[in-house]
Amino acid sequence: MAKFVRKGKKSVGAINTASLPDIVFMLLFFFMTTTVMKEVDLKVDIRLPEATEATKLEKKDLVSFIYIGKPSAPFQKLYGTEPRIQLNDQFKSVDDIADFIAQQRDAMNEADQAKMLVSLKVHEDTKMKIVTDTKQALRRASALKINYSSIKTEGLR
Amino acid sequence: MAKRELQPINAGSMADIAFLLLIFFLVTTTMDVDTGLMRGLPPIPDEEQPEDDDQIKERNIFTVLINKNNELLVENEFMDIHELRDKAKEFIANPEDREDLPEKEWKELPYFGRVYVPKNPIISLRNDWGTSYGTYIQVQNELLAAKNELRDEVSLQRFGKKYEELDSEQQEAVQDYYASVLSEAEPKKVGGSK
Repeated sequence: MAKFVRKGKKSVGAINTASLPDIVFMLLFFFMTTTVMKEVDLKVDIRLPEATEATKLEKKDLVSFIYIGKPSAPFQKLYGTEPRIQLNDQFKSVDDIADFIAQQRDAMNEADQAKMLVSLKVHEDTKMKIVTDTKQALRRASALKINYSSIKTEGLR
Repeated sequence: MAKRELQPINAGSMADIAFLLLIFFLVTTTMDVDTGLMRGLPPIPDEEQPEDDDQIKERNIFTVLINKNNELLVENEFMDIHELRDKAKEFIANPEDREDLPEKEWKELPYFGRVYVPKNPIISLRNDWGTSYGTYIQVQNELLAAKNELRDEVSLQRFGKKYEELDSEQQEAVQDYYASVLSEAEPKKVGGSK
């Protein structure tokens, strides 16, 4: 059985770390390209409804977001607990939607303006009144393509 | 000229710098994809244009009402949300050619040839001011699901593929096969808002 006796102690050489930066850079580039910076600070609470037929939103640069929900805790003192509309970074009312849409539309290429899409991110407990008002405002501003933001699920709960 | 030997740059800290950047992007990154239900809004009708009073036959309309307690009234009957999908499918397709479901007609369609399909069923959805958004989306979802399921069925039958996998011409043909319209009533002030 002498075959298996080790001959002397082998020292483990230092691991070559020369390729470590390459690996890290690769990861870095991956995250750099996939990253999307958070666009807005949400000032309203939003819990999206679930839907089985939800489809992916493509071309993020054509999409404008309208957030509707209860003001979140730090803002409740000032704005109360009734659902409010948030456009960009501020609380706004239904009347401001027309301006908001016009502004978003101006920021786009002329060719893309017809493809403009408005995504409504609404808390699922919100009453429809404010949503209906918003939809009417969007119709008046002729922003007719909308998307009810919801979480995709499989099958009914 | 003395030739100076090029010293190798010490790249030992490169990994650290890269790590730092990596961690920054890791933290700021959000990977979520936005998903949602695509819908179109009807344009505001012209004020000068007289309202067209085209009477649509009762059998061609499928009315869905949602009240402020999130209860459904479908074709004048209370209904649970889980039954809505099948009911809507039955309405859109009218497989047994029943008298109280939408009229059918012979239509010439590419890929399908002459088919006997419903003329133009209309689903009319009306909600209350007090309806909760979650219920509204559920109803929208069920109605959309009914349409999508029917399209998938007919696509599988004819092309052996799901609707999504068809090319755009085939999709158009399938769209014409089941040409249902979802119409939302002009909002009226009904019920409480709180």
